[in-house]
Amino acid sequence: MGKFLARRLLNYVVLIFLATSFAYVLAATNLSPRDYFEQMQPPPEPALVDAQLDKLNLNDQTPLAQRYVTWMSGVFTGDFGQTIQGGSVSDQMMMKAGVTLRLIVVATLLGSVMGIAIGAYAAIRQYRAFDKAATGASFFVLSIPTVVIAIVIQVAAVAVNDMLGIQFFRYSGEYTAGFEGDWWEMLVNRVYHAILPTLVLALALFATFARYQRNMMLDVLGSDFVRTAMAKGLTRRKALFKHALRTAMIPTITYFTFTFGMLVSGATFTEKIYAWQGMGAWLIDSIARQDVHVVTAVSCFMAVTIMVASLLSDILYAWLDPRVRV
Amino acid sequence: MSIDTIEGTHPAPGAEETGKTPVLEVTDLRVTFRGFNSNPDVTAVRGVSYRVHRGEVLGIVGESGSGKSVSSMAAMGLLPEHATITGSVRLHGEEILGLDDRTMARKRGKVISMVFQDPLSGLTPVYTVGDQLAEAVTTHDKKVPKARARERAIELLELVGIPNPEHRYRSFPHEFSGGMRQRVMIAMAMANNPDVIICDEPTTALDVTIQAQILELLRAAQRETGAAIVMITHDLGVVAGFVDRILVMYAGRPVEMGSVDEIYYGSRMPYTMGLLGAVPRMDLERQGALVPIKGNPPSLTDLPPGCPFAPRCPIARPECEMAEPELLPVGEQPSAETIRATSEEAGHAPAQVQDTGERRVACIRSGEIDSNAWTAQDIYPVPDIAEFEGYSSDREQRGDMLRVRDLIKHHPLMKGAVLKRRVGTVYAVDGLDFDIREGETLALVGESGCGKSSTLMEIMGLDKPQRGSVEVMGRDVSTLSKADRFALRKDMQIVFQDPMSSLDPRMTVFDIIAEPLATHKVPQDRITKRVYELVDLVGLDTEHVTRFPAEFSGGQRQRIGIARALALEPQLLVLDEPVSALDVSIQAGVINLLEELQAELGLAYLFVAHDLSVVRHIADRVAVMYLGRIVEIGDTESIYNRPSHPYTQALLSAIPVPDPEKERGRAHIVLDGDLPSPANPPSGCRFRTRCQKFATLSAQDQEQCTNIEPQILPTNGGDQGAACHFADRQEGDR
Repeated sequence: MGKFLARRLLNYVVLIFLATSFAYVLAATNLSPRDYFEQMQPPPEPALVDAQLDKLNLNDQTPLAQRYVTWMSGVFTGDFGQTIQGGSVSDQMMMKAGVTLRLIVVATLLGSVMGIAIGAYAAIRQYRAFDKAATGASFFVLSIPTVVIAIVIQVAAVAVNDMLGIQFFRYSGEYTAGFEGDWWEMLVNRVYHAILPTLVLALALFATFARYQRNMMLDVLGSDFVRTAMAKGLTRRKALFKHALRTAMIPTITYFTFTFGMLVSGATFTEKIYAWQGMGAWLIDSIARQDVHVVTAVSCFMAVTIMVASLLSDILYAWLDPRVRV
Repeated sequence: MSIDTIEGTHPAPGAEETGKTPVLEVTDLRVTFRGFNSNPDVTAVRGVSYRVHRGEVLGIVGESGSGKSVSSMAAMGLLPEHATITGSVRLHGEEILGLDDRTMARKRGKVISMVFQDPLSGLTPVYTVGDQLAEAVTTHDKKVPKARARERAIELLELVGIPNPEHRYRSFPHEFSGGMRQRVMIAMAMANNPDVIICDEPTTALDVTIQAQILELLRAAQRETGAAIVMITHDLGVVAGFVDRILVMYAGRPVEMGSVDEIYYGSRMPYTMGLLGAVPRMDLERQGALVPIKGNPPSLTDLPPGCPFAPRCPIARPECEMAEPELLPVGEQPSAETIRATSEEAGHAPAQVQDTGERRVACIRSGEIDSNAWTAQDIYPVPDIAEFEGYSSDREQRGDMLRVRDLIKHHPLMKGAVLKRRVGTVYAVDGLDFDIREGETLALVGESGCGKSSTLMEIMGLDKPQRGSVEVMGRDVSTLSKADRFALRKDMQIVFQDPMSSLDPRMTVFDIIAEPLATHKVPQDRITKRVYELVDLVGLDTEHVTRFPAEFSGGQRQRIGIARALALEPQLLVLDEPVSALDVSIQAGVINLLEELQAELGLAYLFVAHDLSVVRHIADRVAVMYLGRIVEIGDTESIYNRPSHPYTQALLSAIPVPDPEKERGRAHIVLDGDLPSPANPPSGCRFRTRCQKFATLSAQDQEQCTNIEPQILPTNGGDQGAACHFADRQEGDR
């Protein structure tokens, strides 16, 4: 098992390296940092621009391969280069990654647990009211892009706040600017702000998981081993929970990896809409700023998160299904 | 599950007679599955009553769809929620139908337990075998410490004959073979010493040698626990030597009930008689044609008002279709006049019948059958199958249809994702020699995994084999050009095992049968004529040709498959388990058809089967395979009467015979363990690890078995030969 995971891990490291390299080449060939400087008012001296570009390792007159090698050798020591404004990418990344991870992790846990529970229960109540409601709700959510959900919820929150007359829902930023208080007051404030964006992300994930888990559960519901479990004296509820659900979760766990990519891209829009200073929002801003290094760094971050998710589902899979433990 | 119990305060009359309450008493049980989305309701069980006393074994026999499993699942409280159950199920006199799931769960596995049909899917794949067994103990006694439950599980594993139970406790189900998993299922059923064990086709999914092991184990389990056993099966052989009383079911109702001898030697119900006559017998020399029951079981959604068997019954009268006959003692059935009179009264409901232990039959002509002592051959029209006259009776004089020499098929076992390396070889087929002459049937028999199907696929491929040679009609297939190969396929066709999945569901019967003709460029006007010819030949109606396979029953689909195979007028037909998926009464019709076709067209058959009874009936010669090799080959009579290889002897001995008297007197040779992996066959003689003879040999002789692979040598004269150093030979043969 350890050997299997080690091999997987090695594969993932190679994949992350490739993904990052491609992202760099794409960003470096398509974005034009020179334009960023030349459009400044007043327009700076061309020599000055060149000097600045050289300093940042962004000069399009330097061969691409050379820029790439310079940048990549920095990455190996943990330095993702500088932003176009001259700050350290690595330092800012640490801060913003925390914001995004908080959002993604909470949303993932919430969405998948909710999805699995509701999907599994809907399967048990197949064709009953609960199943129909759950199916209707998940198809409704599935058919709307995350962007639209994010905006609709935001609009709804404003309406509710107006009706109540107080600022019940917070829909902008991670915390109230200039808020001062004890650490727990800060925490409550942050949680308040996190509710809506987390909900947006969790909703989409919930919908896919509920559908998938319902189908998987239906497959095992009528299976012989559930009947065996009942025949030896377990109640239906216990047989379903202990024998059916655990078996039905195995394929869902593999599916987790595929949905994670979707979640990360969903986070990009959600962060932007809810004015969170996370990786997604940073990516969109830096494309507008022609910032090659930030774009690549964010891509690298996304690759890492997706690979970590894959590794996690590998481990979970092996834990759930003894047949793959060799 | 909505349940409506009969309010019964009456103590069952039979109970007073015998002086003790039956362990399980089912009275007038009815089960209806509600139809969803405007589908009609399905009434699966319509009034089943039986009683089982302690230590008694009751057999419930019926074909698929007769309601035998559903009735026992209803008794266990295992039916889905949309089933409506009425009647009464009493366990030790206590009503258990209608109990809520929690109360019922306390009884399940403790007082009444069940062994199911398919052991491969019966265990949860994600828990260890031991934990699942221990769970059966802890569920009923929460106070049992974990260590104690574990001890008990190991004890049980040992009891059901799992070697090395301490270690095997930690194994997962996928690490066990089918037979071993069924042992675990039986251990689970025995875990709390229940009073009733319901066995639902416990051996149907298993090979004969494993079946013998499991039946032996069930007998031991009964001795051990003294439990009553309800044995549900479609195999009349399995129940013959095992049960005390039999209940025969048809279309959801019991049609005959009595002691095992009464049913087997003097059945008074045409259906039971037909069923017994339809079984190919391994113990009879010349059985003649099987008794086919025409037609198919009725649909349970729309039953005719009269006897459900009347449309298929050869001695049905108009009265049979008026009212459903009740299960009454022989001679107590109402007269035809009474039936005509009562059927005119509206709303006549069949009375509730209790099991009194007496022999009873649901047929209005049972008295007549009894007084005339009719047998199946008397009431069923048995086809007369002629012998094909075209060929010389001397085998050596006939032409070769197929000759296989030293055929092998090895599959490499690979490992690694990018850089594959060979880590082993599966010896699926490992040196086969046989031939088939004109108009002859050779049967390849053996347990699953012995390489029967691989052999067929190698032959049907018409490609150059990895080693050895395949000659079809005297032409070596390795020398064929592409066009020759295409032409040769005309002469050799195949019928597959599963008639449900081997026909394209989107093609009409006409298109299915016409496809081989069109492929071989037969002109269109000839095709139409030929298709109608074929449909007629296999006994289907001409109006069937525009329908789709889904509209046909299993037996009819297999007939379609045979018609398709015959379209190109082949001379050799390869039959891959053609009847193993069919019910007994349907199977008889298809076997008769195959025999008729052979007589009419002079076909040669290569017949692959695991059912040795069917093989005895149809084959001229038999080749017994074990782990990719033929261990014994010869004419059917010699092999069945004087088997000389220990494996053949064990195989034949393992098959239960549908004759209670004989079955009780037979001693079965029960082989140990499972088939070894074909990737790692034992050295020398491959069978030695399970051989009953090996153990009795001297050390020197054993060494010979271990080191030298035996070759097929003639035994008993004739063309019988066995690959065993110590085969039973007749005097002077060596």
